[in-house]
Amino acid sequence: MLAYILRRIVYAIPIMLGVALVCFALVHLAPGDPLVSILPPDASADLQAQMRELYGFNRSLPEQFASWVWRALQGDLGTSIATSRPVAGEVIKAVGNTLRLAVVATAIGFVFGCLFGFVAGYFRGSWIDRAASVVSVLGVSVPHYWLGMVMVIVFSSILGWLPATGAGPTGSGDWNWNWEQLQFLVLPAITMSVIPMGIIARTVRALVADILEQEFVLGLRAKGLTHFGVFCHIVKNTAPTALAVMGLQLGYLLGGSILIETVFSWPGTGFLLNSAIFQRDLPLLQGSILVLAMFFVVLNLVVDIVQTLLDPRIARG
Amino acid sequence: MTTELLAAAAELQHAEDVGGPAQPLLTVRGLTKHFALKGGALPGAPRKVVRAVDGVDFEVLKGETLGVVGESGCGKSTTARLLMQLIDPSAGEVVFDGRTVGSRELPLKEFRRQVQMVFQDSYASLNPRLTIEDSIAFGPQVHGVSTRESVARARDLLARVGLEPGRFAERYPHELSGGQRQRVNIARALALQPRMVILDEAVSALDKSVEAQVLNLLMDLKAEFGLTYVFISHDLNVVRFISDRVMVMYLGKVAEVGPSDVLFDDPAHPYTRALLSSMPSMDPDNRTMEVPLAGDPPNPIDPPSGCRFHPRCPQAAAVCNRTEPQRVARAQQSVACLIHQRGSGHPLASLA
Amino acid sequence: MSAVLSPSAAAVEPLPAQRSRGYWASVWLRFRRDPVAVGAACVVLLLIAIGIFGPWLAPADPYQASMLNRLKPIGTSGYPLGSDELGRDMLSRLIVGARLSLFIGITPVLFAFVFGAVIGIVAGYAGGAVNSVIMRTIDVFYAFPSVLLAIALSGALGAGILNSLISLTIVFIPQIARVAEAVTTQVRGRDYVEAARASGASAFTIVRVHVLGNVLGPIFVYATSLIAVSMILASGLSFLGLGVKPPEPEWGLMLNTLRTAIYVQPWIAALPGAMIFITSISFNLLSDGLRTAMDNKG
Repeated sequence: MLAYILRRIVYAIPIMLGVALVCFALVHLAPGDPLVSILPPDASADLQAQMRELYGFNRSLPEQFASWVWRALQGDLGTSIATSRPVAGEVIKAVGNTLRLAVVATAIGFVFGCLFGFVAGYFRGSWIDRAASVVSVLGVSVPHYWLGMVMVIVFSSILGWLPATGAGPTGSGDWNWNWEQLQFLVLPAITMSVIPMGIIARTVRALVADILEQEFVLGLRAKGLTHFGVFCHIVKNTAPTALAVMGLQLGYLLGGSILIETVFSWPGTGFLLNSAIFQRDLPLLQGSILVLAMFFVVLNLVVDIVQTLLDPRIARG
Repeated sequence: MTTELLAAAAELQHAEDVGGPAQPLLTVRGLTKHFALKGGALPGAPRKVVRAVDGVDFEVLKGETLGVVGESGCGKSTTARLLMQLIDPSAGEVVFDGRTVGSRELPLKEFRRQVQMVFQDSYASLNPRLTIEDSIAFGPQVHGVSTRESVARARDLLARVGLEPGRFAERYPHELSGGQRQRVNIARALALQPRMVILDEAVSALDKSVEAQVLNLLMDLKAEFGLTYVFISHDLNVVRFISDRVMVMYLGKVAEVGPSDVLFDDPAHPYTRALLSSMPSMDPDNRTMEVPLAGDPPNPIDPPSGCRFHPRCPQAAAVCNRTEPQRVARAQQSVACLIHQRGSGHPLASLA
Repeated sequence: MSAVLSPSAAAVEPLPAQRSRGYWASVWLRFRRDPVAVGAACVVLLLIAIGIFGPWLAPADPYQASMLNRLKPIGTSGYPLGSDELGRDMLSRLIVGARLSLFIGITPVLFAFVFGAVIGIVAGYAGGAVNSVIMRTIDVFYAFPSVLLAIALSGALGAGILNSLISLTIVFIPQIARVAEAVTTQVRGRDYVEAARASGASAFTIVRVHVLGNVLGPIFVYATSLIAVSMILASGLSFLGLGVKPPEPEWGLMLNTLRTAIYVQPWIAALPGAMIFITSISFNLLSDGLRTAMDNKG
């Protein structure tokens, strides 16, 4: 088993390298000189040469990539063009906010997803099952940015219960777990939780229905296992996969939070990405994408390892 | 039209015979296949391999049926696939009618025209998306026969295996029973007018009554088309019924080869004897009292040293642990056992 | 030695009298019996029809702005679904917007299906080193969350329809290729492919005759399940300002420009998203129905 884990970790390294390569290449994708997006068109040749030197555009691509990776490993992701502050700092601040949001959203999605999924699977075939299936299909199909807007319309504009945008009175720098701040979290978190809820509900339903249909469960019941016993048994068998899916969904939320953060003006990584794109702030763009992607890769790795620890059969496969 | 096709087939049969009736149709020498085990190996440790087939020699004579028997895991199916070149051998050579397979004299495609195989799983052997006649006609089409003629040949073969073309030709595999599908597989194998057919547990998955019908069909076809069979099975009764000679395999090696009746009446190898005594008898007075074969089932990854059978052999001696037996002739069979090897050091062996 | 083989041996089980059905015919029959799937299919067809015939169906000119008539509520005469922030008729913009929204949603999946299937089938059939190289490369792209990759690529390439089509296609190719490789590897291990190899057929022939027919179905079903995601993502890109540019009517873009209006005319602001929602559900249900219809054997 240890060998499997080691191999898995070692295997992640070329993936991370590949991811870094893609992140690096992104900036050079757009046709034309990357410098064009940084400087105004009437900049003097001197200034152009200076900037080129500063950003290293005058060196060969492999050289640029190597030095970029080297610096990134040391925590230096460059300097933001728009704010002139170090990219790493900006990203770390934003990641904290996104994490708060994503973790809460995942937790909500997991709890309700498991609930719906379990109920649907347990009463499979009945109207409860169909109702739960409908809910999960809706969850998976809804455009979450639109849902966010609807939530704002209903709960903020019409009912006035909750604030529409922002992360709270103290901003992103100083988070307090009190209602004054938490109320800003409610709408975005619920909106974000819908898709994971739908996916987890589907997964859990399939697993539960599958287990209950297996003959050995019948055998256990015949031997006198109580309903509670069956329940524990189901939980034991579905937990690894459900947790794995939850972990993956957390990763997706972290990486894909940009749309909801835009709707709610939540100062997280997605929001940062948004401004980086529109201000053509290349170092910030590269840096944030790199961090987010790496997060996802590491998260996948952790999920894989945890799943193997919970279900040793995977390691032998 | 049908008679002309038949005549043409018969012509082709004799025209292809290269070495004459005395030359074995198939000669296998030193055939070996080791499968590397996936994963788990840390750097530095030697890779573990599964010795599925470990140095096998035998011959198949023209016009005979060679039965191949052995327990699960002895390497029968792997040998079949090695013969068909569906998997590449780790070592060894296969010589067909005097010409090495894969050489310039006998390119692979040509070899595959002359040797065909019928698999065990009748449903998995047929493409569910193709009609029966399309499945059968595929082979000839690959070798350049026109579509019209391929289909005509397919229909003719369907009739020959007992499935009326008008009703069956345009059906799909899932609409047929297991026995019918296996007939289709046989027809498909014959579509290329091969000289040899390898039957890998071809009747094992069928009900007994259907099995009998298919066996009879196989024997009729063999006579009609002058075929040579290699018949792999774990069912000893069936093998005895259909085979001229029988080869017994154990853990990737050949234990014994001999004429069917001789082998069944007077087996030389202790393993063969144990196998045969494990066949239940119909005679209530003749019940099997003792367990014929004791000990752990064989492990192809880590085979026992010396003679592979020695841990379970009732007549094992100390020398069996050290020396691997060679195949020697004894009466009408050839056996790989130290008992029959002169001067091997086994207490029951004759001196050199 | 052998018994005489009589024709009656084959006639033991009587066969059904009618012509045997092909695979897709039986899939269609099963699909037809599923009311949800059929309903979803009708909605999808309706939406596609609106997309194609949009400009002729729209009651007013979707580009015609009118500063006096901005943000009129639903039900105003001349503006059945209200007007947007520039005074344009919402109903017309929604109808004409269907064309672009469906286009940027479906096209990437189409291209990804073609490229992804080819890559996956080649990797799956070839096996060995070729497979490893191809799949490891795919894994690198798979290591990105789709939304992030789409936005990153779009952001890097710049705004515009073509760029968002390219970035979405790139996002979906790895997913389809993975499925294609998995299915092809499975089919390749089946006995009938072995039998085909044993007949001496070339790899190309085997793929054409035996593999494609068995593999394209599942890949296609998987691709259809991606359409809903693609639509949401494509409209999402426009929502962020990365896809379609104004004044083109497109549902995602409309959501963006109407955001400021949610306090004035909340329900009008929500309309374009509702269209995306309806389209997404329909495609999802359609794809689910298709998968169920294809699942049963025979």
